[in-house]
Amino acid sequence: MSTDINYSEKIPNNVNLAEDRTLQRALEHWQPGFISWWKDMGPEGSLDYDVYLRTAVSVEPNGWAQFGHVKMPDYRWGIFLTPGQPDAKIGFGEHKGEPVWQEVPGEHRANLRRIIVTQGDTEPASVEQQRHLGLTCPSLYDLRNLFQVNVEEGRHLWAMVYLLHRHFGRDGREEAEALLTRRSGDSDNPRILGAFNEKTPDWLSLFMFTYFTDRDGKYQLCALAESGFEPLARTTKFMLTEEAHHMFVGESGVSRVIQRTCQVMNELKTDEPAKVRAAGAIDLPTIQRYLNFHYSVTIDLFGADQSSNAATFYTSGLKGRFEETRRSDDHVLKSETYRLLNIIDGRLVEHEAPMLNALNEVLRDDYIKDSVGGVERWNKVIDKAGVAFRLKVPHKAFHRKIGTLSEFRVSPDGRVISETEWTANVTGWLPTAEDRAFVASLMGRVVEPGKFANWIAPPAVGVNRQPLNFEYVRFN
Amino acid sequence: MAAAAPSAEFSRQHLIDPEVCIRCNTCEATCPIHAITHDSRNYVVDFAICNACNACLSPCPTGAIDHWRQVLKSTAYTLDEQLSWDSLPPPIELEPGSQAEVPSEIRELTEIATAGQGGPASPPWSADHSYVNLYSLAKPAIATVAGNYRLTAEGASADIRHIVLDFGNTVFPVLEGQTLGIVPPGLDRNGRLHFVRLYSVASPRDGERPGYNNVALTIKRVTADHEGKPAIGVGSNYMCDLAIGDQLKVVGPYGASFLMPNHPGSSLMMICTGTGSAPMRAMTERRRRRRALEEAGELLLFFGARAEEELPYFGPLMKLPKEFIDINFAFSRAPNQPRKYVQDRIRERAEKVVQMLRDENCYVYLCGLKGMEEGVIDAFRAVCHEHGQNWDELKPELLAKSRLHIETY
Repeated sequence: MSTDINYSEKIPNNVNLAEDRTLQRALEHWQPGFISWWKDMGPEGSLDYDVYLRTAVSVEPNGWAQFGHVKMPDYRWGIFLTPGQPDAKIGFGEHKGEPVWQEVPGEHRANLRRIIVTQGDTEPASVEQQRHLGLTCPSLYDLRNLFQVNVEEGRHLWAMVYLLHRHFGRDGREEAEALLTRRSGDSDNPRILGAFNEKTPDWLSLFMFTYFTDRDGKYQLCALAESGFEPLARTTKFMLTEEAHHMFVGESGVSRVIQRTCQVMNELKTDEPAKVRAAGAIDLPTIQRYLNFHYSVTIDLFGADQSSNAATFYTSGLKGRFEETRRSDDHVLKSETYRLLNIIDGRLVEHEAPMLNALNEVLRDDYIKDSVGGVERWNKVIDKAGVAFRLKVPHKAFHRKIGTLSEFRVSPDGRVISETEWTANVTGWLPTAEDRAFVASLMGRVVEPGKFANWIAPPAVGVNRQPLNFEYVRFN
Repeated sequence: MAAAAPSAEFSRQHLIDPEVCIRCNTCEATCPIHAITHDSRNYVVDFAICNACNACLSPCPTGAIDHWRQVLKSTAYTLDEQLSWDSLPPPIELEPGSQAEVPSEIRELTEIATAGQGGPASPPWSADHSYVNLYSLAKPAIATVAGNYRLTAEGASADIRHIVLDFGNTVFPVLEGQTLGIVPPGLDRNGRLHFVRLYSVASPRDGERPGYNNVALTIKRVTADHEGKPAIGVGSNYMCDLAIGDQLKVVGPYGASFLMPNHPGSSLMMICTGTGSAPMRAMTERRRRRRALEEAGELLLFFGARAEEELPYFGPLMKLPKEFIDINFAFSRAPNQPRKYVQDRIRERAEKVVQMLRDENCYVYLCGLKGMEEGVIDAFRAVCHEHGQNWDELKPELLAKSRLHIETY
């Protein structure tokens, strides 16, 4: 391999890649595999498109977001760590107050690697899940946003692979290879987490996924941004800024679908789903069912409500809580408790558990608070249109597959119910095959600049102050 | 409030649109001086702290961050007010300076320029409110040159330049068709201050770059007088020689007549030569940026120059889709081609021109050298006659309805 590659140009970075020969060799080996993965599993048919993308070329505010048309295989996937504090200390757990680690402590190596691999695996997984969506985009603007999400998931993979290569030696290199060989939904070699093996079959699913599931990503990254292993903390801090764009795609996407639906309802003066559907918009009850599905599947991603692994990760300083430093407790938590839900004699009851064991639930509850905020903003769109309907997140115990609550049937409003009642009502609560078929039937491809599919309203503003009729994607 | 609030009392306030914001915290994390804060409802910018460094703009995933309002410093929105919003409040009406205070030399220039329509007239009924005379010679606004490049080809005889002025935090609201004034520094031959030079704004109201507080000007370096004798234009040479980063004094804005209509379905017929294209570029760009709204009528442009290389914005114009703007170039010195002037093109497009002159929703704009005015009016008369319309009856009607606007120099 040629040695005169200009690393700072090709791989923008602030990790001194140009001077680090070992890392260069590792990445030179991995990079062709990544490109080959992108070509096989990245957005379908898109290799030759010029896409108006945001590229980070430095961590400074003015280097953060460089906009221009690029072909995605030529995207400059960079490696960035948010600048560190000179004498940063570990903020929680039994090492609280000690200097942060620049290298992996031997006793935590296996756990840290597992955390990084689990996080890293979600990044290519979501690209794989979304790879066919470009064929049914509702506009050039949305197509560009999808591709932006995809390349940033690719960059997040790079970020995790950097940590594996730089800090985990041969094991790390093997794990980095494996990240390129697992496939979302592949029964022989699936992605690690369940939700990342589900299909993202349509754009409403994409918007729900980016709103709910990418928000899980935000909370995991926030917890890792507190880590005592500083390279991980700084890497994830930088990733958070990009994650925000993914949640924007979701929040504004669903919001625009709702806006369009309400407009159709007002034009036709109807709240009958069948009439709304006949007019080519997605009725609000269907949107509620999609919401129920994505919300419940996503809160499972936080893991079991009681987890000794979570306690270990916290106590050993590997993974903190959301906004750890803003909390006023002792950050050791040995004597703290947390209230968990259980179902006893057919009723939901709360019980206290040691907080250290309940940290998954703590993070899940923080996530829930944040999710509800955006749903309320969607409700404002409905209110503004003068439509009498409210979207709600279902009860935390609804449709769970992981943890204590997974053993029971619970309705969206939080009643413990029988299997019979569940079966009789589930079609009103979760998207049916017919719902999905209807939504799929709306997914035509709209690629004329400035035009939007009938089922979605145009956004309030374009990307980087460009007009809505800007050619966000050029097909060659 | 005083009739004309001194400029020092105005400021741009940075606000976040709560309807678009997704509360991702990126802006707060990015702000180097901690001007951004939040509660469970909104993210807000502290007017007392924000210095408009714009570090937060590009990382914002939504565009919600990029909102600016012209406010009186004394009544800027407080944090508590912003935290209570569900949407941005409507813009506040600032008290503009009164026409009576426009300096006499500006009034004279305006009267000369608009003589073709009998002096300054009313704007189209749907024109936006224009601010005039916010900055005077005694209290000019300070602008910084953000760009200066040549529009005409290297070999062309005319050096016409596109100059972008940035007003930073200073409020300088302009509408397409308005002008601003520049006073060249130093003294003239007689030891007096130079008089004000007026230049039409070539950018739309939301800035040369949308959302930025800047304006573009189209300025031709004057190297000869009207008779063709060598003469160095003091104002134009001063402007054309400005370097990026230079600061200059700006007065105005001026103009409350040569403004574009805003109502849906309104059409524009634009006739210009040379740098008379500046207001036409502003109006065209305004319409282009709003094209997705599909609210506007037609755009018909007659644009004259000596040759293609001498025509400012030739390249960008050629890229505009035909269904958006109907462009008719007239080159008077194109090699191996008969000389064509805008009036010739108007005659060639007689049917279209008459149809638009008759259309109540069409507004006609004429800007360029005095010499073109007569030819254009003659052409109007002729094409009207051809189609059974009497120009001399139509013209007063156009003027009465503010549908004909002439600015020539």
